[in-house]
Amino acid sequence: MSTPIDPRALDAAAATPEAKEPKPAPQPRMPFGRWVRTLGWRHLVGIAVAIFATFPLIYVLSASFNPTGTLTGSNQLFRALSLDNYVKLLSDPNRPYAAWFGNTMIVGIATSIGTVFLGALAAYSFSRMRFTGRRAGLLSLILVQMFPQLLAVVAIYVLMRGIGEVFPAIGLDSLLGLIMVYLGGALGVNTYLMYGFFNTVPSSIDEAAKLDGAGHARIFFTIILRLVAPILAVIGLLSFIGTTNDFVISSVILTSPERLTLAVGLFRYVSEETNTNYPVFAAGAVLAAIPVVLLFLYLQKYIVSGLTAGAVK
Amino acid sequence: MTTTSPAPARRRSLASAPPSLRVILVKIALLAIVDAIAVFAASILFFQGSWLVLGILLLGTLLVNVVYLHPGLLPAKYLTPGLIFLAIFQVFVVVYSCYIAFTNYGDGHNSTKEDAVAAIVLQNTQRVEGSPAYRVTVVEGAGGLGLLATSPDGEFLVGTAEQPLEPLDPASVTQEAGRATAAEGWTSLPQQQILQRQQEVAALQVPLGDDLSEGFLRTTDAVNAFVFQSTFVYDEAAGTMTDSATGTVYTDRGNGQFESDDGQVLGTGWQILVGLDNFLYPFQNQQFGAALVSVTIWTFAFAILTVGLSFILGLFLAIALNDPRMRSRKVYRVLIILPYAFPSFLSALVWLGLLNTQFGFVNEVLFGSADIPWLTDPVLAKVSVLLVNVWLGFPYMFLICLGALQSIPEELTEAATVDGAKGWDVFRLIKLPLLLVSTAPLLISSFAFNFNNFNTIYMLTRGGPRMSGVDENVGHTDLLITLVYKTAFEAGTGRDYGLASALSILIFIIVATVSAIAFRRTKALEDLH
Repeated sequence: MSTPIDPRALDAAAATPEAKEPKPAPQPRMPFGRWVRTLGWRHLVGIAVAIFATFPLIYVLSASFNPTGTLTGSNQLFRALSLDNYVKLLSDPNRPYAAWFGNTMIVGIATSIGTVFLGALAAYSFSRMRFTGRRAGLLSLILVQMFPQLLAVVAIYVLMRGIGEVFPAIGLDSLLGLIMVYLGGALGVNTYLMYGFFNTVPSSIDEAAKLDGAGHARIFFTIILRLVAPILAVIGLLSFIGTTNDFVISSVILTSPERLTLAVGLFRYVSEETNTNYPVFAAGAVLAAIPVVLLFLYLQKYIVSGLTAGAVK
Repeated sequence: MTTTSPAPARRRSLASAPPSLRVILVKIALLAIVDAIAVFAASILFFQGSWLVLGILLLGTLLVNVVYLHPGLLPAKYLTPGLIFLAIFQVFVVVYSCYIAFTNYGDGHNSTKEDAVAAIVLQNTQRVEGSPAYRVTVVEGAGGLGLLATSPDGEFLVGTAEQPLEPLDPASVTQEAGRATAAEGWTSLPQQQILQRQQEVAALQVPLGDDLSEGFLRTTDAVNAFVFQSTFVYDEAAGTMTDSATGTVYTDRGNGQFESDDGQVLGTGWQILVGLDNFLYPFQNQQFGAALVSVTIWTFAFAILTVGLSFILGLFLAIALNDPRMRSRKVYRVLIILPYAFPSFLSALVWLGLLNTQFGFVNEVLFGSADIPWLTDPVLAKVSVLLVNVWLGFPYMFLICLGALQSIPEELTEAATVDGAKGWDVFRLIKLPLLLVSTAPLLISSFAFNFNNFNTIYMLTRGGPRMSGVDENVGHTDLLITLVYKTAFEAGTGRDYGLASALSILIFIIVATVSAIAFRRTKALEDLH
C-alpha cells in the first residue's frame, strides 16, 4: 500500500515524534474493490490536500535555490540548486535582512516574556486572592479585548509620535516602544486562560508553603510558576506568533530600514518589484520560516502533553 | 478553597510573614529604578510645559509607590504592572480613537492654530529685494542646526530655527577676515557635512526676531545669507491671513483652516473638533458612501466564506482521515498542518509570487502561459484572496474538527446504528450537531479574526484593484480594516486620521454586535442539546 509521497514530506513526518509510534498490527488483506471504497478514496483525498497544502511551500523553497534571480526562472521546480539568493539576501546593506531577523526575534521574545510575566502575575491574584472588583475585573479583561489594538492603530501612532517628541527612545521608530505597545495587550484573553489553569493547581499547595513560612512572592515565583509551566509555554508561543505576524502596528511605528521587522521589511521588499525580488525574498522566507515551523512542530507535542497533564492534575 | 477566603486576621498572619532582607532590597531597588525614570521623564515634561501629562505621570508614580510600600494591597501588587500597560496602550488608545473620530485630524490639520500660522508664514518666504548679504557659517548646537552670522555692520549673531538671532560677545567668536567662523558652545560644520546635509541647510530659516514678520535669514550656499520675508501676514486681531503678493485675505471660519472669499483654502490648517462630520461623511459623499457599503458587504462575505469554506474542507478532511484502519494517517496530518505552522505573514507573500499575472507559477505552468489577472481583476482578486485565506485557515479547522470528532463517544454512533440509522444519517443527525456545539465558539472567534484579516488582503492586493469613480483610495478587495489603514497612512488623497478612527469605531460596533448575537445563539444551541 505504498502511496507516492513527496520525499520532503517523509522527512517532515519522521521529524515529528508522532510518526515514530508503533504501526498498528497488519490487517488481513481486503479485496481491492472494497479497499477503494473504504480506504482508497481517503488516501486520494489525503494526497490531493497534502499537495494543495505543501505546494506553495515547496515552490518557495525551490525559488530560493534558483540562481536565475527572477520569478520566471523559478517555475521549473528545483531545476538548479545554488545558494546565490541566500548570499544576496545577507549581503545587501540596503536590505538589512539580518537586522530585520534580529529585530523580529527581539520584539517577539521580549513581548512573549513580558506577556507571560504580566499575565501570570494578574492570573495569580485573580486565582488566589479575593478582593472587591475581582469579578468585574475578570469580566472587563474579556470586554476590553473586543476592541483589538489593531483598530486603535491611528491613536497608537499619534500617541507614539507624541511620546517620541519627549522621549525619542520609546517613541516612533523604536523597538522598545513597539514592545511596550504590544504589552498593552498582555492582560486579556491570555490572563483568562492562565486564570483557568491556575485554578487547577490545588490551593493546599499554597497553604502548606505558607505554613512553612513562605511569603506570597516566594510561593508565586518558586512554586506556582513551576506548576503552571505548560500554560506559560502556550501563552508565550501564542504571543510570539501573534507578535511576529503583526504587520499593521509595526509598519506604523517602525520607519528606518534597519529597525524594521521581517513582516514589514520583506513585504516592502517583495511588493516593490515582485518579479525580480521574489527569489531573494524566497530565501529570506525560508530562513525565517524554518525556526518557526520547527518550533511549532516541536512545541505542539509539548503543549498538548502539558495541557493534558494539567487537566489530569 | 480555604486559603482564598480566610478571615482577615488569619490572612495577615499567613501572608505577611516578615519579608527577608533580600526581598526588601530587591523591592527598593526596583522601585528606585521606576522612580528615577519617572523623575527623569517629569523633568523633561516640566521644561516642555506639558502640565497635564506631567500631572498624570506624577499621580501614576505616586500610586505605584503607595501600592508597593503599603503593607496590604496584595492584589494590587500583582495587578499593577499589567494594568499600567493596559491603561496606556489599550484603554487610553481606545478612548483617544473615539476622540480623534470627532476631529479633523490628518494631513493639513496636524496641530494647533498657532503652529499652522507659523507654518504658513515659514512656507511662503521670499528674498527681500536689495537686502544686504550676511556672511554666515553653518553651526550646530544643542538645538540643532543654526547660523553664525556676521551682519553687514560687522556684528556677530547666532540663532537656530527655533531660537531667533541674538548678538554674541565678539570675544567668544573666532574671526577670519572680519567674518565669524566659530563660536563658543557651537560646532562649525565642516564642508563635507554641509554637502551631506545640503537639504537641511537650505531649508534652515533663522528668525531675525521674536516676531516672525521681521523676516528670516536663509542661505543657499552656506556662505552668504539673505533676509527673507513671508508674503503672508497674520493679523492677530482680525484673525485673518493676508497674502501681500496678491492682496487676498483668508479668514478663519471655524473650519480649522483659512479660507478666502472665493473659496480658496490654504493648505495648512489646524486641528478642531468637527462633531459628527466624519460619521456623516459617507452620507454626504455619495460615491464614498456607496463604496463603503460594498466594502462592508465584502468584509462580511470574506469572513463568512473563509470560515465556512475552510470549516467544510477541514471537517471533510477530518472525516476522511479519521479512519483507524488507514495507514500513514500521521503523514497526511503533518503535511496538512504545515500551512498553519508556516508564519502567516509570509504565506500571503508566497502566494503573491504564485499568482503573479505575467510570471507566476499558476499562470505560466498550470494555465499554460495564460495572462489571467488573478490579483488585478475585481472578481478574480476576490476569488484569489479567498483561496489563499482558505489555504491559510483550513489546517486549523481540520485540527479542531479532528479533536471534536474524536471526543464524540463511540457508543452514540453504535446506539444509532443499532437503532437502524445509516452512515450518513448518523453523521447528519448525531455527529454534526455535537460537532457544531463544540466548535461554534471557535468559529465565531475565527469570524471575528477574519473580519479584520488585514495581512492576507493587504499583502496580496493592498485592497486593490481600485474602484473607479471614487476619489478616495478604495479597492474591490478592501476590508474595512485595510480601508482604515489606507485612509490613515497611505497618503493618496491625504491622510485623514479622523475619518479612519470613525471607520474603526464602525468596525468595533459591527464585530461587537455580531459576536454578542452569535454567542447568544450558541448558548441557545447548547441548551437545545
